[in-house]
Order: sequence, then C-alpha cells, then structure tokens
Amino acid sequence: MSGPALLSVEGVAVDLPTARGNLRAVDQVDLHLAAGQTLGIVGESGCGKTMLSRAILQLLPKQANLSGRVMFDGQNLARCSAEALRKLRARSLAVVFQDPMTSLNPVLTIGTQLTETLQEHLELDAPAAKRRSAELLAAVGIPAPEQRLSQYPHQLSGGMRQRVAIAIALSCEPKLLIADEPTTALDVTIQAQILDLLAREQKRRHMAMMIITHDLGVVAGRTDEVAVMYAGRVVERAPTQALFKQMHMPYTEALLAAIPKLETAPHTPLPAISGRPPDPTRPLKGCSFSPRCRYAAGRCASEKPSLAPAETSTHHYACFHPIRLATGART
Amino acid sequence: MMRQAATSPLLKVENLVVEYVVGNKVVHAVSDVSLEIARGETLGLVGESGCGKSTLGRAVLQLRPAESGRVLFDGEDLTAMRGEPLRKMRRRVQLIFQDPIASLNPRRRIGEIIAEPLVISGVKDAKERHDRVCKVLNAVGLDPALVVGRLPHEFSGGQCQRICIARALVLNPEFIICDEPVSALDVSIRAQILNLLEEMKARFGLTLLFIAHDLAVVKAVSDRVAVMYLGRLCEVASSEQLFARPAHPYTALLLEAIPLPDPDFKPAESVPVGEPPSPIAPPSGCRFRTRCPRADERCAREMPELRAIGPRQYAACHHPLT
Repeated sequence: MSGPALLSVEGVAVDLPTARGNLRAVDQVDLHLAAGQTLGIVGESGCGKTMLSRAILQLLPKQANLSGRVMFDGQNLARCSAEALRKLRARSLAVVFQDPMTSLNPVLTIGTQLTETLQEHLELDAPAAKRRSAELLAAVGIPAPEQRLSQYPHQLSGGMRQRVAIAIALSCEPKLLIADEPTTALDVTIQAQILDLLAREQKRRHMAMMIITHDLGVVAGRTDEVAVMYAGRVVERAPTQALFKQMHMPYTEALLAAIPKLETAPHTPLPAISGRPPDPTRPLKGCSFSPRCRYAAGRCASEKPSLAPAETSTHHYACFHPIRLATGART
Repeated sequence: MMRQAATSPLLKVENLVVEYVVGNKVVHAVSDVSLEIARGETLGLVGESGCGKSTLGRAVLQLRPAESGRVLFDGEDLTAMRGEPLRKMRRRVQLIFQDPIASLNPRRRIGEIIAEPLVISGVKDAKERHDRVCKVLNAVGLDPALVVGRLPHEFSGGQCQRICIARALVLNPEFIICDEPVSALDVSIRAQILNLLEEMKARFGLTLLFIAHDLAVVKAVSDRVAVMYLGRLCEVASSEQLFARPAHPYTALLLEAIPLPDPDFKPAESVPVGEPPSPIAPPSGCRFRTRCPRADERCAREMPELRAIGPRQYAACHHPLT
C-alpha cells in the first residue's frame, strides 16, 4: 500500500444474534486502503466478506453488533449521525451490488434516478442534471444514452442495468467505490466488459476501489492488494503480485488449486478441499481452516494463529505452518 | 426392447427446433440443432444465458415440445412417443439442476425424496427401496444413517447437490443431463462435486450431457464440447482441440473473456463486442455477426452451416480462425 490510508478498518468485528446463538460474521479484521488503490477481498459464501463491506458502509442489520473502528477520510464512521452517513454514502463512499435490481427503483426511469442524485447532492439544476446524466451513461458504455434516460430498469439487460448502477455510483465522484460481487450475476463476456469499465473509471478518477468477490480470477489482474477471508477473518493479505507468486496460507493455495484450469487436460481430478467451512455459531478454538487443512498439526487445533507479516512486511498470513518460497518446504 | 449396437450414438438430436410464444412474438430458443453423444461420452454444452442450452436439455427429455426435428435415444424417436412408453424411456434419462436446494421438496425427508423415483417406477418392496437408497447415498459420499431421516434445510448447498445426484442415480439411468450442476456452489465445494460426477460416471457407466456457462468447468469433465449462441451451435470439437485452437470467433471471444487467476495475465482491453441480440429477432445470416470482428456482408446474407474444419472439429463460420 502506498500513501496515507483513505479507509482504515481497525479491529472490526460483527456479531449477529441468531436462534442458534451468537454468530461472529466478521472477526477482528484490520485493513487499510489508500486513495487511488484497489483492494480485492476474496472468500467463499459465508466467509464474512459482504458483512465486512456492510460494516464499512454502516449498513449492518439492526440487530448486528459492530465493534472496532472504521475510519474513512479522517472520520470515525461509527460516530457519524445518520444524516452525515447518508450524505457520505451519496457523495464519497459509493457502492455497487451484485444484483443491480436491488439498488435500482423498478418504478422510476433511469433518468429520474440519475438526475435525482445529481440534483440532490451536487445541486445541479434540472437541465444540467439531465445533460450530466446522459454523459454518465455514455461514459459507462451505454449506447443511445438520451433515449435510455426515459426507460425503466426492466427494459434493460442485466449487463446494462449494472452499467446504470455504476453510473449512479460514480455520479458524485466518490473517493471510494465498494463493488460487492459486481459481475457474479453476469455472463462471462459481459463480466469482462464491466470489469474493464470499473478499472478504467477507477484509474481515470484516481478513486479507491474495493472489489469483493469469490473469484480469484477477478482480482488477479485488476487489484493492487488482495485480502483472503475465511470464517470471518482475513487469513492472508499481500500485494496481488506477491500473493500469486507465493501463497503462504494453505487455504489460499487450496482455493486456487480447486479452480478448474483451462490448461489442464480433461478428466483430471481436481484437488478439492474436503469438508466445508465451520459453523459460524460454533467457532473453533484453533485455526478455523485446520479441520480441512492438509498441513494441520500440533497447536493448529488448539490455538488461533494471528495475522502476522512474513519476510516482507507487506505480506501477512495467519498460519503456524506457512508454505515457504523457493523449496516449497514447510517451516 | 432391442438395444442398438454399442457403436451407435446413445443420443442423436436431428435438426431440433424449439420455439416459445411470448405474447405475439416467437422466441427462437433452439434453431436447427443436430448433435450426437456416444455411449460413455460426456458432451459439454456451453453458452451464455439465453442461448438455449437449457431448453435444448429439456427438449431432449421431451419436457419441452419441439416444433420439428427428432430426438433419438438408443435408436428410438422420443418425439414420437407419448404416455407410458415415454415415461418408461425417461427412467433411463435423469436430470440434475443448478439450484440443488430448490430442487428438493423442503417438506419431505431425504430418504423419501430419493426413494420417490423408485415408488413411481413401481418398486413395491420397501426393504428393496431402502437398500437402493442407502446404496446411492453411500456412493455419493453421504452416510445413509445420518441422512435419510433429515430435511433438506439441514444440509448445505454442496450436500444438497450430492442428494440430487443420488436421486438421479437411484433408477440406474444410462444418461444424465446436468444443467449447470455446480454454478451455485462455492469454489471448494464445486471441485468436490465435479470429482464426484466423474467418479459416478465411471462407476455406473454413464453418458453425460453437461450444460454450463463456465468453459473451464466444462473442460474439466468433457470429452467433446459444443458451443451454442442464440439458439444455434457455433462449434463442436474435442475438448483439447476446442481450447487449444478454437475455430469459431465466438468460442475465441468466450475464452478471452475468462478472468484468469494470474496477475501477470493482463486482460486484453476487451473488444467492444456489446451484448447478444434478442432471440425474438435474431440477426439474418450468422447470428453472431453483430458482435463478430470478422463479419462481412456474406455473414449477413448467408447462414453458415456446421462443417468440418479439422479432425473432430466442426464450426459454423464463413471465416473460421483455423
């Protein structure tokens, strides 16, 4: 990471009361993101990645209990009033969700939804807001933007809707864009277009971006840093190049190995990870990955490894038996 | 019932056309598709949403009536069958769906869910049913004693997919249509289920039609792959050939679009290829021409037929890449 942090997540934990007892969705997460940088958060369903983004946005369910600190642009978000948060989310802290229909209003035209944002938060007059809306739609690659303004969300394809959601998110020039599984619902050719669009706008606007995904392929070519989450914790964090060059955490390695590869011959058995993640209402005493880990031994089952730096101070992992460089031998 | 010689294809689809009527418009879901699947083979069928791949799978089972064309299973034309003979034939063909949780009745116990196909097909002896349920549960890696009395909501997505696979296997089918069987599953669970399908295929001598949108997943399990676009087949080739040397520009586009888990692979600034047109009004000539970098006026005028490009490789393109 370079530069002072725009976003600092410090010891953040999220607890949710459930019928089965307390569910710790996010467990002691520390993250920092500087202006103009991109961070990928990778993990499987239930690992807490979406809850973490909700914690940053201060959009947690009512019964959730948040501890730790989220500092954004010099402000402690937990101390902000609801009104201040609303303003902040509208202007400098934007979000794009997996399903654009969850953020678009089905009974308002695309134009109304865009101009409304611009008039409210940038205080543009109606003609200027309309002009700016068309420009934004054109910028996110929507053909015939003027005509699109009078259309409703259901008249657009999934890919086009996601472009509209991105246009709205970008409309007030945010400092940070959180994209939560932005392409998971889209076809692969459309996914590539949307990821390119996000990367282009991020660079052009020198905006910080957090991409949350289950797909290591999505973060590989398009982020500066990656944090891998498992059972509510960040288990490995490193600059993207360094992470893919040498993974230290067995979970990250196993996750990458389990993805079918184009270069592998057909009918080659996949190195699957046996078992499944632990029940989040029944936290394990030791490392959460230890029951599925082929390297687990000794204290893995009784003691939780903390996220600590490796030989380079930028590469962190939480493991007692990390995978080593060069020899591949284990310490 | 006379079985055909082992060399003839188990499934043969000939010029199949399936259309839906929406309001006063016709959706051309499957247009003149022909393909064959040999006994013991896995054919992968890939394409983006709305390309007609699921409709094709359903039309094979006669869950969707075809406008025209034939579906020959083991030499018999399913499109000409009705009633009891069709039901008997269907026991030899099973389906596995994308959403494993939605395809299990939430109010029935796992034991009953898996035994139901046996009840319907007239296995009257409860002991025999129980034995067969236990056998398939063991085969898919679940402990029958811990599973049969429980309800679907007590299981994770991956376990529910194992249960769906067990249900598909209980009638000893010859052919299974897998429609996006791993798309809803997490990466670590996906690998388990793909390995399980491969294992079951070998153990029970199955033939598979494997429908998916993820090319890498399809390659992992398929002997041959068919690529579909807007209701038509663009390319059919052996897995190795298709991925090493795609002939159809659409196949190449799909391969390029996959995000690779490798930071040194800088995604090529994707060609502005836009979105697929509507299957209500597909383009004239080649249906891919509106997004194709190689398209010319011939492509608009003349529909390309699927033709041999190389050994075990067929493409429907006037300007193939190889």
